Amino acid sequence: MYFPISGVHLDPIYLVLIGFVIGVLGGFFGVGGSFLTAPALFAAGLPMNYVVGTDLAHIVGKSIVAARTHRVLGNIDMKLAAIMVIGTIGGSEAGVQAIEVLKKGSHVELVVGTVSIVVFTGIALFCAWESWTALRLNQSKDQHRDPTQNRKQDVTAIDGFAKALQRIKLAPQVSLPHSGIESISFWAILFVSFIGGIFSGFLGGGAGYIRMPSMVYLLGIPTHIAVGTDLFEIIISASYGTIRHAMNGNVDIVIALVMQTGAALGARIGANLTQYFTGPRIRLAFAPLPLLGAIVIAQKLLTSHHP
Amino acid sequence: MTVTKRTVFHLITEVLIYAALVSVYLALVLHFLVGWLKELSTKEPAVYAAAAILLMIAQAVGLERVASTLVHVTRQRKG
Repeated sequence: MYFPISGVHLDPIYLVLIGFVIGVLGGFFGVGGSFLTAPALFAAGLPMNYVVGTDLAHIVGKSIVAARTHRVLGNIDMKLAAIMVIGTIGGSEAGVQAIEVLKKGSHVELVVGTVSIVVFTGIALFCAWESWTALRLNQSKDQHRDPTQNRKQDVTAIDGFAKALQRIKLAPQVSLPHSGIESISFWAILFVSFIGGIFSGFLGGGAGYIRMPSMVYLLGIPTHIAVGTDLFEIIISASYGTIRHAMNGNVDIVIALVMQTGAALGARIGANLTQYFTGPRIRLAFAPLPLLGAIVIAQKLLTSHHP
Repeated sequence: MTVTKRTVFHLITEVLIYAALVSVYLALVLHFLVGWLKELSTKEPAVYAAAAILLMIAQAVGLERVASTLVHVTRQRKG
């Protein structure tokens, strides 16, 4: 099928299937899934600037479906999401501007690809190590645990960062009772979301691959609530990113709409699956995904020619 | 029929009906929109951006409702 906006030929069944797979993963892990969508679209022949914008548009639709399911499951902290949106939009704007600068120098594919590989590999290795350690901690605690204990009660191997961040008393302080946090600086939340926003605008996607682990490890949010809240926040931030990229000619909305038909179904399935897994298991299953994205991008960069 | 078999049967039925509905939707609606969207993207980028986000939100809400209705109807009919 020919897509005249971006001027490429793509198989619509391939797009629907990518959408479905990313939908399941996105609903389950609370991420936009750009670490897989971007390489998949790039490998199919879509130019990188269209990959970034089109992926963001598709993420908006998928996140609406997944966030609605997570809301029913009680996995969304609305107060946290509202604060994070502010930082994400600011960061996203900075990321979009960086892409525009790179487009002028015609190094966009090489720079975005290289940054993606480094970031994705780092996240994958850290999550694998941390969640494996947390699972072993969990096993030793299981012997003394009440069997009726809630799956949403979370254990992380590293809670030092979150505790240190919660000790910073930089006004205004906010409480997040839904996430079980008594007091945390507004600026700490804003900083974490701003960094996520920069990656969202620069690399495309909702940057859930950065924000979901950051919410767990840096802010101390339980994994299930981090997943749901991140998806809700992605709707707002990805919508903003979509509009900015569409105005700069980086979005093929027809490709995004075709992908979203598969993603709508997958996101429902993925979001419902979270209720059967504990936090560390969700994070351990998440770990290989960014690594897979990094391998595909590296392979594509190595086989293409750059000036 | 066991509970597992019935769940799988329901899921397959829902996916098949959903796929048929989505195929018709893609063939009809998107086919007519492509030309208009292409023109907008080159001549009116701001209007294109607004149309793009509205289309995506409308489709997401619409498909979510279709999927929810399908789940409700197939499970009600087949017990």
